[in-house]
Amino acid sequence: MAYVAVKGGERAIEAAHAWLAEERRGDPALAELSLAQIEAQLGLAVDRVMAEGACHDRGLAALAIKQSRGDLIEAAFLLRAYRTTLARFGASEPLDTGAMRIRRRISATYKELPGGQVLGPTFDYTHRLLDFALAAEGAPPPPAPRAAAAEATMPRVTGILAAEGLMAPEPASEAEPGDLTREPLAFPADRALRLQALARGDEGFLLSLGYSTQRGYGNAHPFVGEIRMGAVTVEFAPPELGFAIELGEITVTECQMVNQFAGSKTEPPQFTRGYGLVFGHGERKSMAMALVDRALRAEELGEAVDAPAQVQEFVLLHCDNVEATGFVEHLKLPHYVDFQSELEKLRELRATAQMAGQREAAE
Amino acid sequence: MRFCGELNELDVRLSRLYHVPMPTTPTEPDPTAARRRWMGVLARADAATLRTRLAEAPPLPPHTRLRGPETGLVMARGRQGGDGAPFNLGEITVTRCSIRLQDGTVGHAYATGRDSAQAELAAVLDAALQDAGRRPALLAAVIEPLAAAQAARRAADAARAAATRVEFFTMATMR
Repeated sequence: MAYVAVKGGERAIEAAHAWLAEERRGDPALAELSLAQIEAQLGLAVDRVMAEGACHDRGLAALAIKQSRGDLIEAAFLLRAYRTTLARFGASEPLDTGAMRIRRRISATYKELPGGQVLGPTFDYTHRLLDFALAAEGAPPPPAPRAAAAEATMPRVTGILAAEGLMAPEPASEAEPGDLTREPLAFPADRALRLQALARGDEGFLLSLGYSTQRGYGNAHPFVGEIRMGAVTVEFAPPELGFAIELGEITVTECQMVNQFAGSKTEPPQFTRGYGLVFGHGERKSMAMALVDRALRAEELGEAVDAPAQVQEFVLLHCDNVEATGFVEHLKLPHYVDFQSELEKLRELRATAQMAGQREAAE
Repeated sequence: MRFCGELNELDVRLSRLYHVPMPTTPTEPDPTAARRRWMGVLARADAATLRTRLAEAPPLPPHTRLRGPETGLVMARGRQGGDGAPFNLGEITVTRCSIRLQDGTVGHAYATGRDSAQAELAAVLDAALQDAGRRPALLAAVIEPLAAAQAARRAADAARAAATRVEFFTMATMR
């Protein structure tokens, strides 16, 4: 594929960008959106951009959303581009989601479980009717009720099943995980790399793939063992200190999908998990990720690999929306020479076919 | 730490020999744990909040910058299945700063986000807090109020979460 350097468009490009800036701002008679407003009032968009931009920074994600006029894939692209300008200090200690300060925690497998079902700030049980009260700007809503909090942390549902020996344990390992931002993805990719790719993958793509596993493309019988969302502490051990310190807290969403597993020659029948973990409050994404993670474990668990969601190359090479948009949108770039050769070839073929037809008619 | 332990044992034996009363606190808290705590509290406080607290504290000693403040990334890791082997989740912006006081004490700060002023103030505070003479006043004026405010925020969040806990009522069978 060849691109042709095109000159002469500078003035048109400048004018186009000036118009873009004007469109971005919109009617100057209206108040301009502040980053703080985007961060606070479009929080789930900020979360999605951080997850797919693979960079946790609420302020930068808000800026990217403002700059991209709310185009969230463009915003993730901007955030990815910005992160390449920063040096990496190192890697954190693995986040302890078991010690999460819970804002939401639900289980579809146990009604009553230690710690209980905590709904948190959820869209669930809303009637999905447009609320015209929000159209009229008014006073802030009354404060949400508060109740005495019992325990700070809650046991994991997977732990409850594991205690009975019914949940396949995760292999204990402190091996340095591969990093697809440093090494190009090679196949077969291990689970650490797959989870990294899924965590930054496009929510829509993973949602559809997860849905496909439920509809019969892949042998999934999932239950939501647990979804939890809340704050986790980020710890990092700087070499100059020699001990881990706390860098702050971030919100993450975790989903544990519980799936049947028929067992194999070496393993008894038991449950296995699909795992989802994303930056911010990203419940749908964490669920989709957990479904696809489980589907991608088919080969390791000795299951048939015959559905799209079970094929590593298909899923991992197409789930990144920044890569996907780059390749799809590059089609807009000048392909004049390519196309010229296609044109000439087609004209030649048609001319040859026409001549052959005339010869036949003459005979 | 083993070295400290041996020193403590030696102290105990010496105190028995000379009948010196041992301090009432059974063991001196681990200095690393104390430093870890204040660094964690400082990492969660923005520059404006730190300045407000510092207004009520003895002035900070002069310092020279050794490194930064500079913003970079830390790769946040998760665990497969929540409790298995680590994987790379995504990066987080982190700002760090290292400074030196005139007496040679070095202070470090690392915090999520891009607040350079916070990182520098936190590094100076880290150095000053290592000085046993300055520590009590700074703990009282800066660290403890910040820790209390942070705990209150966590408690408010926990209370809101607790109000959304579902209470199930089991229907009794009526005959």
